[in-house]
Amino acid sequence: MAKYLLLKHYRGAPAAVNDVPMDQWTPEEISAHVKYMQDFAARLEQTGEFVDGQALAPEGTFVRYDGEGRPPVTDGPFAETKDLIAGWMAIDVDSYERAVELAGELSAAPGAGGKPIHEWLELRPFLTEPPTVTE
Amino acid sequence: MDELLLRRLTPSVLSILVRRGADFAAAEDAVQEALIEALRGWPATSAQGSPGSGSPVRDPKGWLVTVAWRKFLDATRADSARRRREDLVEEQPAPGPAGSVDDTLQLYFLCAHPSLTPSSAVALTLRAVGGLTTRQIAHAYLVPEATMAQRISRAKRTVSGVRFDQPGDLATVLRVLYLVFNEGYSGDIDLVAEAIRLTRQLATAVDHPEVAGLLALMLLHHARRAARTAPDGSLVPLAEQDRGRWDTGAITEGIAILQAALARDRLGEYQAQAAVAALHADAPTAEETDWVQILEWYDELTRFTDSPIVRLNRAVAVGEADGPRAGLAALAALDDSLPRHTAVAAHLHERAGDRATAARLYAEAARKAPNLAERGHLTRQAARLNISSP
Repeated sequence: MAKYLLLKHYRGAPAAVNDVPMDQWTPEEISAHVKYMQDFAARLEQTGEFVDGQALAPEGTFVRYDGEGRPPVTDGPFAETKDLIAGWMAIDVDSYERAVELAGELSAAPGAGGKPIHEWLELRPFLTEPPTVTE
Repeated sequence: MDELLLRRLTPSVLSILVRRGADFAAAEDAVQEALIEALRGWPATSAQGSPGSGSPVRDPKGWLVTVAWRKFLDATRADSARRRREDLVEEQPAPGPAGSVDDTLQLYFLCAHPSLTPSSAVALTLRAVGGLTTRQIAHAYLVPEATMAQRISRAKRTVSGVRFDQPGDLATVLRVLYLVFNEGYSGDIDLVAEAIRLTRQLATAVDHPEVAGLLALMLLHHARRAARTAPDGSLVPLAEQDRGRWDTGAITEGIAILQAALARDRLGEYQAQAAVAALHADAPTAEETDWVQILEWYDELTRFTDSPIVRLNRAVAVGEADGPRAGLAALAALDDSLPRHTAVAAHLHERAGDRATAARLYAEAARKAPNLAERGHLTRQAARLNISSP
């Protein structure tokens, strides 16, 4: 088994094919999209491949240590940040091919006009523990 | 096996152990182990109504006390506190019904002690008073079980020096129960129902109008639960809810409890909040809502709390009672970085007839939404306005 992260971006991914902001969809299209995402996660739970899924707020803060006895420095959010993660789904699957297949399904979530968004999702393998057998 | 019965017995079993001389932290661990053993080991004899010989079901409380005490002694022994154990064994009272003193209230005070952080107090209350297992609490709050176990044992260390027989702070107890209710995420354990159960139990242990106020508030909000989400999981705002799906039993009970509390003329924030909820419950339709009275209750409420949520909700009430322009003026006096400020502004602009501004603000509010259900709701609001006025 291998774990993969499916990353969804607010910004930073190439433009989707059906690239219409969600507030320009009809309320029914929004509901259909949400349902598709929920059903997708539920199906992966059924197959034993779901690990975790979370959504992130678009605005965050950068923080760094500023020396002994001083409060941390905070900065941002930066409007110019190129890469902005919207959320993720972690899956545990048998193969890279299966991970690609699932990412493709998730990218087919319906958007404006009820048509698939064809959104670009980023697929990243988790680094694993070293195997027991090494030779 | 009745899990709820076991959970109901938890605080009295725990206080019996403490009264026998066990320290709170060790007693609490022992009760938890006894509960887990009961959950695992008790066969379904009680459901069949034919408990076999030696079945613990005939006297569940006696069984729990015996097993918890044994667990406690085992743990003490394992700690090689031999001398202390022998003293305790000698002190052990004869088996049989415990004294009638109910220390449940003291347990609430201890678990919501002001020295605890809110998350620690919530976890400790759910375990020591609610009788939930660490695993159940961890699931409910979506954290790993080991994390929740640590949180609970740190909380117990924090209160280890607190004397059990001291009067506690009722306000922090109410705040903890309110938190459990308000953040009752879904899961195997219905934390909303659990918060109501624990508040009901508290109300029998202490006679205070704010405890009654909190219980009424919970019942009145819980009554709307079925109407609050659409079949697709999306949020249904109060004004659009199918009031026929409200739980009239819970409403009747909540209003009766509230009226009895208000008659005692010791108003507090929970009674005032419950009064607002009662006025909504009283309105057969959204249009018939008595917003003027609701506004008066919000004015009362601001005497007790400077919560930004209350001030925002007051601006909504102003908008309904005196018109959207007045609501926007009330809103302008508030910090626009408050959560939901933008969503309230969007609503008031729409009511004032400025649909373009409302749509823009709904979309902005959706980006700031703290959860997916609200984000979805606000995005739909923006979409609805964008579709009908392109």
